[in-house]
Amino acid sequence: MQSFKAAPSNPELYTHSSFCFRGDECSRNQTRFSDLGELEHSAAAFTHEDAVDLSPSFVFSLKSNNNNDNIVVLPNNLHHHGTFNPSAACLEIAPTTTGTSCVDTGQRHQQEVVYHQHHQQQQQKGAKVVVLPLGNGHFENWGDSAMADNSQQTDTSTDVDTDEKHHFHGLQHGTLSVVDSMEDQAKTKTGDQKTLRRLAQNREAARKSRLRKKAYVQQLENGRLRLQQLEQELQRARQQGLFISSGFPGDHNQLLAGNGALAFDLDYARWLDEHQRLINDLRSAVNSHMGDNELRVLVDGVMAHYDEIFRMKSVGAKADVFHMLSGMWKTPAERCFMWLGGFRSSEVLKVILGNHLEPLTDQQLLGICNLQQSSQQAEDALSQGMEALQQSLVETLSSATLGPAGSGNVADYMGQMAIAMGKLATLENFLYQADLLRQQTLQQMHRILTTRQAARALLVISDYFSRLRALSSLWLARPRE
Amino acid sequence: MQYETESWSRSNSYMEVVVDPVEHIERLASENAVVIFSMSSCCMCHAIKRLFCGMGVNPTVHELDLHPTGSDLHKALVSLLGATSALPVVFIGGKLVGAMDRVMASHINGTLVPLLKEAGALWL
Repeated sequence: MQSFKAAPSNPELYTHSSFCFRGDECSRNQTRFSDLGELEHSAAAFTHEDAVDLSPSFVFSLKSNNNNDNIVVLPNNLHHHGTFNPSAACLEIAPTTTGTSCVDTGQRHQQEVVYHQHHQQQQQKGAKVVVLPLGNGHFENWGDSAMADNSQQTDTSTDVDTDEKHHFHGLQHGTLSVVDSMEDQAKTKTGDQKTLRRLAQNREAARKSRLRKKAYVQQLENGRLRLQQLEQELQRARQQGLFISSGFPGDHNQLLAGNGALAFDLDYARWLDEHQRLINDLRSAVNSHMGDNELRVLVDGVMAHYDEIFRMKSVGAKADVFHMLSGMWKTPAERCFMWLGGFRSSEVLKVILGNHLEPLTDQQLLGICNLQQSSQQAEDALSQGMEALQQSLVETLSSATLGPAGSGNVADYMGQMAIAMGKLATLENFLYQADLLRQQTLQQMHRILTTRQAARALLVISDYFSRLRALSSLWLARPRE
Repeated sequence: MQYETESWSRSNSYMEVVVDPVEHIERLASENAVVIFSMSSCCMCHAIKRLFCGMGVNPTVHELDLHPTGSDLHKALVSLLGATSALPVVFIGGKLVGAMDRVMASHINGTLVPLLKEAGALWL
């Protein structure tokens, strides 16, 4: 059984909508009928009596492929179409009207086909046979109602096997449509037509989904390449000692500020490691009941190291105050409970008081309580100052510039922005004051307590924060249902 | 909190004496127990006012941006403190304490409250 491959590769063949088998779209070069055996099966029983739509432009478009192949359009209501054999011959269909002329090719009868042999033009090419479901009548064994392939690339089209397929039984009336000068329009929409359309749509859909899959795979490949590139960059940057913070820096402006932020993040990580080392030394010293003098050296070392972080924070605030205030350099749990870019001094003092250090004298207890109260008051004052700052920013940014249109509005806008910029500049001062408060609280505590008490206090504080950091990690790694 | 604006403008309209800003500052500072030189739009000034009010102190505030010779006074304060952005500046008992960082440091290390009591701004 032969299968016709009918899909002219030429785009201009699909100019007319009647050739669109899908209702909605007609994409060019794509109606490739790969397996027309289905057509044969589906077209088994036709009871349509209407003629097929074979508009002239369609037929003309079939013809107007730019090779020299001729297209023979045969109606499939040619019954007893036994030994139709157009492939051997180079055929040119002469203009004809319905029912006028016949060709004698064997066992055909009542067909009106006219063939001319045209040797010169189509020596090596067979005729392309386009057989359309035409006409009325009853098909018992519908053969090749298929489209011939006019593709120039593939040579699969023109095997028209004549012997067994062209059985058109029960045909009453046949009409030969000739490509060259087809003028009649048969508007019969037969079941054939619908089946053809459906099958064509299926093929179309399959093809589209293949194309989509291909596009998706291509995108995946691109993504994979990009990921490799990024990983290489990261590797290189790490080797150069840069600390790439998590998250992708957003826009260009953020990249500019990112240097200060990245530098601080790197420095902070190193500071934390050093801090842990110092604390471990202090812990082993306390546990081994070291003498006060050596202990004092260690305690002073930890205090000096705290001074270091406050100095670093002020440098970082000059570079990128929002990064410092955001606390992105801290772990999530620390960040959640932080105040003005760091820990709350009053809270730290509560931790110390609640930990029952070595017994405090009354004076020491009073000192620590006063310290807690004054740090609380200072924190409240700074918090209210920050609220006032936010309030005034809200007022500045939301001031109505609904004046007369034109340059006045722009001047207003720029003026307001300048004021807002000035207000933002005070953020650095607030952060500085907050860090100062933290530093001074630690120093005052160091002054009030003895060396040993101070050593234990520092251990308590450090343990509290390291547990908070561990809590962060646990939370992030928790199993989620 | 007492805001000293009206009495000054009244006195200025009668006397056309040019007063040296530094002297003026010192005179203003000695008039009350706690004197704050501030700016109405400054948020750090707001914070320091809240700090004193939270402690129960009633400071006298001079808003320099609302003052007729405010800019001169501001320059004088800058020269006194040796810093570019001076405000807020606090005087307690006529003596200069300093800007926000000094005030807070003295509060944390426990020297502020005795100072306030000595100046008569706090009673316990």
